[in-house]
Amino acid sequence: MPNLRYTKDHEWVSVDGDLATVGITEYAQDQLGDIVFVELPEVGRTVAAGEEVAVVESVKAASEVYAPVAGQVAETNPVLGDAPETVNADATGDGWFLRIRMADPGEFDQLLDEAAYAALTGEA
Amino acid sequence: MALGGKLVPFAGWELPVQYEGILAEHRWTRESASLFDVSHMGQVEVSGKDAAGQLETVIPASLQSLPEGRTRYAVITNDDGGIVDDLLVTRRADDIFLVINAARIDADLAWFRSRLPVLTFNHRQERALLALQGPKAANALSDLIPAALELAPFAYGEFELLGVPCTFSRSGYTGEDGFEIGCDGPAAVSVAEALLARSEVRPAGLGARDSLRLEAGLCLYGSDIDADTSPVEAGLAWTFGARRRDTLAVPGGARIERELANGPTRRRVGLLPEGRGVVRGGAVVLDASGHEIGKVTSGTFSPSLAVPIAMGYVATEHSEPGAALQVELRGRQVPARVTPLPFVPPRRHQTRPT
Repeated sequence: MPNLRYTKDHEWVSVDGDLATVGITEYAQDQLGDIVFVELPEVGRTVAAGEEVAVVESVKAASEVYAPVAGQVAETNPVLGDAPETVNADATGDGWFLRIRMADPGEFDQLLDEAAYAALTGEA
Repeated sequence: MALGGKLVPFAGWELPVQYEGILAEHRWTRESASLFDVSHMGQVEVSGKDAAGQLETVIPASLQSLPEGRTRYAVITNDDGGIVDDLLVTRRADDIFLVINAARIDADLAWFRSRLPVLTFNHRQERALLALQGPKAANALSDLIPAALELAPFAYGEFELLGVPCTFSRSGYTGEDGFEIGCDGPAAVSVAEALLARSEVRPAGLGARDSLRLEAGLCLYGSDIDADTSPVEAGLAWTFGARRRDTLAVPGGARIERELANGPTRRRVGLLPEGRGVVRGGAVVLDASGHEIGKVTSGTFSPSLAVPIAMGYVATEHSEPGAALQVELRGRQVPARVTPLPFVPPRRHQTRPT
């Protein structure tokens, strides 16, 4: 299990070198319920930390997903186009959203660790 | 991410049951049967001299000719020809029974009492209402209460279920066969448990109720119809009844007659947006050249069709099925086609004509 960090907006991030993989947390997918559509950004787009980078739609509502770190979108998950329910099934694995080539890999350490995120969702 | 999904207005069950999720509940309703707790709906008994004739002065439906034991869908109009509420009206032996929207109970009663002071309106707040909906709804009742199976669509009866006096109306809000079952609040738990004990029946919440009614092309008051929309614009003129069309002596009747004669300036239509992005209520509708011509009033992802569906009002000249329009979705214009309602054809129970 790679080292995961979190945001208060319920995204998770894992890093491999300067490449950050981003998704939404198990808590978030559970709160959203059945996910029917994920709108992903263009590969190559430059994003600032906190910028809206994707939209996830459940039957009832649309929610924004924000870039946890700054950088350039390197890859998006091709599975989600036809099978958005993958996010419900495996939020922190196969249901990843996108990869960002980080402008400053040091940003990762600024994010919430497991304990801090668990405290935030009341699941500590 | 912003957890908008957390704010979904589910009405919580008081029963110890786990929801499976909107998609699963929706599909189960279409293939088997679901039980919805809709006790928030207003159940009102109307009594007084010539109650049906009196109600006709605010409801443009033929209520005087409604036979005992029959239910009719209708609207209440306001002075501007808009809609105060939509409702089910049932003629019973001793009174007229109304089922009205939860959010409109106070407004409806105030309107009725100001217009019809000679009638008595008894809001049965203590009554629960359960909706059993789906192609296997009748099957689920076959052992418990076989008499209910004899009810034709939009027929009403009173039967005891496990010793609990219940009202049964063969009606619903899903486009499926089904029953709306009223009983005293404290008894509702045992009635619900008996129904949920059937293998055909699972509980479902208001999220599935909303996607089911949207597929069935049915209006939600406050979204698809309101004080500004007329029944003609909403495509609900069929509720008027032939006898009443010529002279609509109801509040706002002049507007309604004018729209019946000349056509309304806007109409409620179904919309099929391209792609998978879900277009929701409030989205602007544009014509092919980008001019604003209407608004989406409800939208969701259709679990049955696996595409987004929506309904809304568009200028009449753009309301023909097949018209190529656009809807705004997160700052972009997405192509959308006008499509006939309902999206999913109703599968009401067929009985011999009575």
